[in-house]
Amino acid sequence: MGENLSQPFEKSAMSKDERIQLEREKRIQITAFAFMISLTLLAFIATGSEIIPAVFTVPFIVGLAVIQFFLQLFYFMHLKDKNHAWPNMMMVSGVFLSTPTIIALALLLGETKF
Amino acid sequence: MADNYANTADKSVLWDWLTTVDHKKIAIMYLIAGTLFFVKAGVMALFMRIQLMRPEMEFITGQTFNELITMHGTIMLFLAATPLIFAFMNFAVPLQIGARDVAFPFVNALGFWIFFFGGLLLSVSWFFGGGPDAGWTSYVPLASREHGGLGIDFYVLGLQVSGIGTLVSGINFIVTIINMRAPGMTMMRLPLFVWTTLVVSILIVFAFTPLAAGLALLMLDRIFGGQFFIPGMDGNVVLWQHIFWIFGHPEVYILVLPAFGIISEVIPAFSRKRLFGYSAMVFATLVIAFLGFMVWVHHMFTVGIGPVANSIFAIATMAIAVPTGIKIFNWLFTMWGGKLTFNTAMLCASSFVPTFVLGGVTGVMLAMAPVDHLYHDTYFVVAHFHYIIIGGIVLGLFAALFYWYPKMFGHKLNEALGKWMFWLFYIGFHLTFFVQHILGLIGMQRRIYTYLEGQGMATMNMISTIGTFIMAFAVVLLVFNVVYSAYKSERITERDPWDARTLEWATNTPVPEYNFAQTPQVRSLDPWFYEKVHGDGTMKPAEPLDDIHMPNGSILPFMIGLGLFIGGFGFIMMNMENPIVPPLLVVILGAVLTFGSMGLRSIKEDHGYNIPLERIKKIEKEAS
Ligand code: HEM
Ligand SMILES: [Cu+2]
Repeated sequence: MGENLSQPFEKSAMSKDERIQLEREKRIQITAFAFMISLTLLAFIATGSEIIPAVFTVPFIVGLAVIQFFLQLFYFMHLKDKNHAWPNMMMVSGVFLSTPTIIALALLLGETKF
Repeated sequence: MADNYANTADKSVLWDWLTTVDHKKIAIMYLIAGTLFFVKAGVMALFMRIQLMRPEMEFITGQTFNELITMHGTIMLFLAATPLIFAFMNFAVPLQIGARDVAFPFVNALGFWIFFFGGLLLSVSWFFGGGPDAGWTSYVPLASREHGGLGIDFYVLGLQVSGIGTLVSGINFIVTIINMRAPGMTMMRLPLFVWTTLVVSILIVFAFTPLAAGLALLMLDRIFGGQFFIPGMDGNVVLWQHIFWIFGHPEVYILVLPAFGIISEVIPAFSRKRLFGYSAMVFATLVIAFLGFMVWVHHMFTVGIGPVANSIFAIATMAIAVPTGIKIFNWLFTMWGGKLTFNTAMLCASSFVPTFVLGGVTGVMLAMAPVDHLYHDTYFVVAHFHYIIIGGIVLGLFAALFYWYPKMFGHKLNEALGKWMFWLFYIGFHLTFFVQHILGLIGMQRRIYTYLEGQGMATMNMISTIGTFIMAFAVVLLVFNVVYSAYKSERITERDPWDARTLEWATNTPVPEYNFAQTPQVRSLDPWFYEKVHGDGTMKPAEPLDDIHMPNGSILPFMIGLGLFIGGFGFIMMNMENPIVPPLLVVILGAVLTFGSMGLRSIKEDHGYNIPLERIKKIEKEAS
């Protein structure tokens, strides 16, 4: 046992359908990644350039962040896929914990006292 | 290659321990490292108590006192309590779920070494102009680049590095508990210690990330000229407090929930009854974990956030008392009508209950926002959290030590010495901390290094210091017990010296490196007890006896940790007056070491090794 562990496989063990599926998955992953990078670039440009007024920059970046958030969770971290019960549970509980935290933090750090 | 089982037995002892990925050995390393840090921080506490023994003592200076108090708190929480808990998690969790090891043995070793080197980085601060001195909370502006010395950089980077280790271990435990359970071990059959480990690991993932972010911001401020926490430059000092406590309150539950788990193992074992209200216990654990994230502002009532916010967080805090109460009553009902055996483990576990209640009551008192203006930053708070931490966590750890010791080391700890230790510790503890409630109420502030004659504090401080010495003596007794028992205690070869209930007691003593020759089939909650009563007293196997595949040891976790240590030290050198070597060089060296080792790990093929069937049969035969 164990002599052949380092040998590469000649043929893939996956069926043709599975391979097509995997290819598609790969493409989606790369597209999502490229899209997310470009969103980040946009955010940098918005803050970096002098032309865009600050009143516009803040909601713009927050908007980008929201899109980014969903892309991350659904496409990059497979929230959209089935049979990911445990990872999904972790992600949902993360959202569940951090949303009230972030809202509270944002409210509390403002100048207004509650 | 894969066939030769040139494994642990053939390596030198030192090399074996440096490279081991066996969860049982890593547990022992956590135990030793945690104990060393515990003793170190304990000695610091002793020094502080000597300084506070009489009014206007001049045993140490105010500056030294600040450094001691900071290091005491930081070490106790991050480098003593956490690793000691990890020690028992590492040892017990795979055994209790019927697994051969954790999910990622390599990552397990990595977690240990990163934690260890982070702790080392924090500790070497003494040799470079003194330790951090801004409290374990390290509030800015006290800790800003303007006011804080080099010690704070050691705090920031030391905790950053050791925090990575903690995170890595947390993730590993989550995956282990979800994926490595033996057949039949459903979620609602997990022992409570495994449940609390799972919940705590989730808390670690969610709480240590804000800490890492906060520390990174503070590092940017201090070393790279950032301005997140500098009010004059549009920064916000209160932000640090928020970030710190968003991490900080979950952290206290990260520490206490495993202790709850330990108590929930030890009390049923020595009451000869199953745990009362198992599903309520699980539910309470989950609720506590969730609420633990929603209460951080109770540490900031006096900041002046406003009455509505204070009220919300006050009520959320008090709500935690409900699930905690459920747990308390379940432990009491477990003991009720049981056949109780009061050995040392049970003494620690059962006395945990009233002591923890005392800490909880003062907690609810502190949660009343208006009154907290009176208590805040006084010795009342110090008394509160020591009742929780010592009365809760440390007693839980002692119980775990006495309970699992026979499995870990093949012999029991001496009971007579153990009982002496327990009673001395218990009395010393209450002497030390009970009077601190009153000291706080009459106005002794927290974190002061001296007080005056005639303030009415001298007697109680004296009592407190005497109590500390009694506690210290008890710890010395424990260390003596470990050494004494190693020589005198009779070897244990039976599987189950306590006649206990959970799966870890179904393994041979000493536990072979593969834990279970055949993965057991779990048929009930408390599976081992079930087989003893309804079965033939052995676990039913879920697989035929066959070769067992084990992971190889590796030195790379050690190297990765070392690299982070060197890199972290390089960052700190950027703030030094005249570093002898250019700091950037040191950072690069560290990065090369860490990332190089990671690269090596990815490139190098490593299939582990097989333990052949004959060998397993031989080991099993010898053991039975
Ligand atoms: C379960 C384990 C617990 C641990 C380890 C723990 C630990 C601590 C620590 C270390 C502090 C001091 C923080 C600092 O300022 O440095 C503290 C303060 C506080 N704790 Fe706890 N605690 C625990 C449970 C509770 C519970 C159950 C409650 C309430 C129901 C509570 C309420 C509070 C409050 C309100 C404060 C703030 C007091 C002040 O600073 O004025 N704690 N706790
Ligand atoms: Cu708290």
